[in-house]
Amino acid sequence: MKYVDEYRNPHRIQHLVAQIGKTSDKPVKLMEVCGTHTVTIFRNGIKDLLPGHITLISGPGCPVCVTSIEGIDRAIALAQKNGIIIATFGDLLRVPGSQTSLLKQRSEGADIRVVYSAYDAFHLAQQYKDRQVVFLGIGFETTAPTIAAVIRHAEEARIDNFSVLSLHKLLPPALRALVQCPELQIDGFICPGHVSTIIGTKPYIPLAHEFGVPCVIAGFEPVDVLQAIAMLVRQIEHGKARVEIQYRRAVSSHGNSKARAMMEEVFEPCDSVWRGFGSLPGSGLKIASRYAAFDAERRFDVSALNGPEPPGCLCGEILRGLKQPPDCSLFRRVCTPESPVGACMVSSEGTCAAYYKYAT
Amino acid sequence: MDENQGKVTLDHGGGGRASRKLVESYFLPRFANPFLEKMDDSAVVDFPPGRLAVTTDCYVVDPIFFPGGDIGMLAVNGTVNDLSVQGAQPLFLSAAFILEEGFALADLERILVSMAHASEEANVSIIAGDTKVVPRGKGDKIYINTTGVGLVQDGVDISGRNAKASDEVILSGPIGDHGIAVLSQREGLAFGTDLRSDCAPLNHMVDQILRVTREIHAMRDPTRGGIAASLNEIAAQSGVGIVLTETAIPVREGVRSACEILGLDPLYVANEGRLLVFLPPEHASRVVERMRQNQHGRETQIIGHVVADHPGRVVMKTAAGGTRIVDMPLGEQLPRIC
Repeated sequence: MKYVDEYRNPHRIQHLVAQIGKTSDKPVKLMEVCGTHTVTIFRNGIKDLLPGHITLISGPGCPVCVTSIEGIDRAIALAQKNGIIIATFGDLLRVPGSQTSLLKQRSEGADIRVVYSAYDAFHLAQQYKDRQVVFLGIGFETTAPTIAAVIRHAEEARIDNFSVLSLHKLLPPALRALVQCPELQIDGFICPGHVSTIIGTKPYIPLAHEFGVPCVIAGFEPVDVLQAIAMLVRQIEHGKARVEIQYRRAVSSHGNSKARAMMEEVFEPCDSVWRGFGSLPGSGLKIASRYAAFDAERRFDVSALNGPEPPGCLCGEILRGLKQPPDCSLFRRVCTPESPVGACMVSSEGTCAAYYKYAT
Repeated sequence: MDENQGKVTLDHGGGGRASRKLVESYFLPRFANPFLEKMDDSAVVDFPPGRLAVTTDCYVVDPIFFPGGDIGMLAVNGTVNDLSVQGAQPLFLSAAFILEEGFALADLERILVSMAHASEEANVSIIAGDTKVVPRGKGDKIYINTTGVGLVQDGVDISGRNAKASDEVILSGPIGDHGIAVLSQREGLAFGTDLRSDCAPLNHMVDQILRVTREIHAMRDPTRGGIAASLNEIAAQSGVGIVLTETAIPVREGVRSACEILGLDPLYVANEGRLLVFLPPEHASRVVERMRQNQHGRETQIIGHVVADHPGRVVMKTAAGGTRIVDMPLGEQLPRIC
């Protein structure tokens, strides 16, 4: 398969591993920010291949995992209202809120449909004109523009029974919080490929220039990830801190300005609570007042209590890269994919789930 | 009987004249055999002496028609395959139908024709059956249950508990065709693919294998949960470890592409006509050769082997050169969101 096979080629992989080992023997700690990178690393056994002085830690780049319990509770509160159809990506179903989950609510009669895109939710609204359809908007800069497009489309089509609960997050503020975290000394970021197709290189520049942390935007195949590691190791060895793009076949330095414009038209930045980080200024997206009619929070009363984190759960520390899944006393014992305690075990791209599923 | 509208009505399941007419005009002509034609309460058959294998399965697939097959074909082949992987020669099936009021009789006919073809290919007879109709909305078009009985061949002892360290693991062809073919037709996810389900009876292939050697330790027809689920079951039942080689596992281009797009892993995608065989290494090459001569086994490969280490666990040497666990699937795989 073109664009896949060449990036999984065992000879190129071996060559890159050797190159990484030759470039430097300095111990370095690199963070792969994105959940899809975490899965690539585990699914291909990349940690086995790397020399011992390279440590990879997983970051906060799984949108399901960083959604606060309070956000999940608000989604559940909406699902409990009569006549509402909730349309959601499947990953959110199992995430435990403070009391229950969407999956449990569905078994108790809530009308919750799994969709594959926000457009599917829009079509549901057209199909069930006498019901209210609420789409659970979750994701980073990759997903937000597509949802913005659907909201604009709904306005043009004068659809009045469609709205979005916006739980969107922006990645750069979280990365900024991570480089300022004193317990965590990150030597380099493997930056998310797909988010960067939208945002380009600009938001990473302060991380490199102000904080001296090298950044390489990487694709999602094993060769991509190893090449990004090789580029980071080279920068570190030469005392450089720059933003580089490994994933050139998809990412340009200026990103996708059309998608950003659409996102900026429909959403505006807001403070947002991240699991593991607390509230980060300007790290979320709420629906702009011009599109208020499509904002589920304005349309319905969705106040939810700010639920506590489950006792013993280390999701917060794991999302900040401070702890590894086996450090958590719940991991594999109480917290499993069948009955997850924390969100990192729920999403297929969560660190705990990837560790549980693939790590030997 | 609602002949004009061509729909199933509640009367069709009521046990009266309409029921009888449905059986006589739809079921009997397709499944013609002397046992069924007697229309008695049970079929009475002569059965050769030996060990009997019995299995039953319900079929609720949605959509009911998909590229390469339909629910009827699945209901015959699925049960035939469950008997076959036990080393049993399938002889008779029963078939019970739950129809939703309003179901098109033309669709029923299409399904019955397909079941008749499948039983002919597998050389089994459907000798007992039942039909019930549920009110509209209480079922989803059609559900089928089939029960199968077969005769276990002499000297054969095949069980998920019998896999042994050093056994080779053979797979009869590319994985995931059925799951992706069905998914491609599902509402909300329609995408273009020329993939067809691999739905097929495996009894002839099993028979050919057993003619090469009776020393087969374990067999499975991996269905829901893909080969990952079947291999994990055998590893757990036999208390052994399994080591797979990623590059040896055949996956068609269309399945790989669909899995890449949807964020699925082909190891966990459903099959309906594939066979996993565990056997001592000395028989492996002759069995592989024989399987490749069967029309459903042309792409047979040795995909791994059994080890005494890490009992109950399946691991895979990745194409990249690393190692990963192949875990038991939790439930349905969910397409990724970002």
